[in-house]
Amino acid sequence: MKSLAELKAIREKMQSQVSLRGEDHDHIRVMVGMATCGIASGARPVLTTLSNLVQEKNLTDKIAVTQTGCIGLCQYEPIVEVMEPGKDKVTYIKMTPEKAEEVLERHLIGGHVVEKYTLSSADIK
Amino acid sequence: MMTEISLNILDVAENSTRAKASLVEITVDADFSADQLTVTIADNGCGMTPEQVERVTDPFFTSRTTRKVGLGVPFFKLAAESTGGSFSIQSQVGAGTTVTAVFILSHIDRMPLGDISSTIHTLVVYHPETDFVYRYRYNGREFTLDTREFKEILGDVPFSEPEVSAYILDFLNENKLETDGGAVY
Repeated sequence: MKSLAELKAIREKMQSQVSLRGEDHDHIRVMVGMATCGIASGARPVLTTLSNLVQEKNLTDKIAVTQTGCIGLCQYEPIVEVMEPGKDKVTYIKMTPEKAEEVLERHLIGGHVVEKYTLSSADIK
Repeated sequence: MMTEISLNILDVAENSTRAKASLVEITVDADFSADQLTVTIADNGCGMTPEQVERVTDPFFTSRTTRKVGLGVPFFKLAAESTGGSFSIQSQVGAGTTVTAVFILSHIDRMPLGDISSTIHTLVVYHPETDFVYRYRYNGREFTLDTREFKEILGDVPFSEPEVSAYILDFLNENKLETDGGAVY
């Protein structure tokens, strides 16, 4: 069985770094819809992909990946909302892990909204 | 429609966190000699009135305002009952809610358990304010994850720290492997 001693070692290592970090309002917030509609359409792999990539690329001090409930657009799930301080909210629809990776590279890192996946580019009736 | 039992667990446990539960206990108990998989999700959240409990399995009932349907609980109920199993909810306002689903393991319509370790990891890491106790049993062997133990060790270091998050996923995967020998069902 995996032991709790390993966790103690991580704690000792992290403690000094974490105490320096407060709540940061400059974070880009990335919210993945995780209600029934989102989960049933495959939101969990999208959330995991975004969260893993942000950690792998050491972006946790710039980008916060969180989850949210249903925003009432179930037919467009999985939905990912990007909220950047001082900018309009961008809503990406019908996401997949592959699309999420592209959004991370081009929008969250590169600063260019990936228009083709956004709600505003969709043909809404 | 959910494709895995674990996704149903994720969805129903999300309801517990929205019910402001401070503790959510999830038990996954696979007993092949009895041909049953029993899933229990118990919380100490706000609970439901008898009238709400009666209507919660109705897909056209929800307490949400963003849409008019509530499919999470009906999906879970149908998934269990279509295997010849059973589904029940006990709830009391102010005390909490317990959802129990029993699946018949050998039934052809039983959906796979799915990636339960990643599902529990998602719940734990994205709901740092909620304590989780997760028990996984496989033919009598078992392991338990208790986030209260983790928090006691970690102090102010959050679960979202990459190394801590990775530890939690390893804890789930490695202990599951030791418990069930890597069985896929």
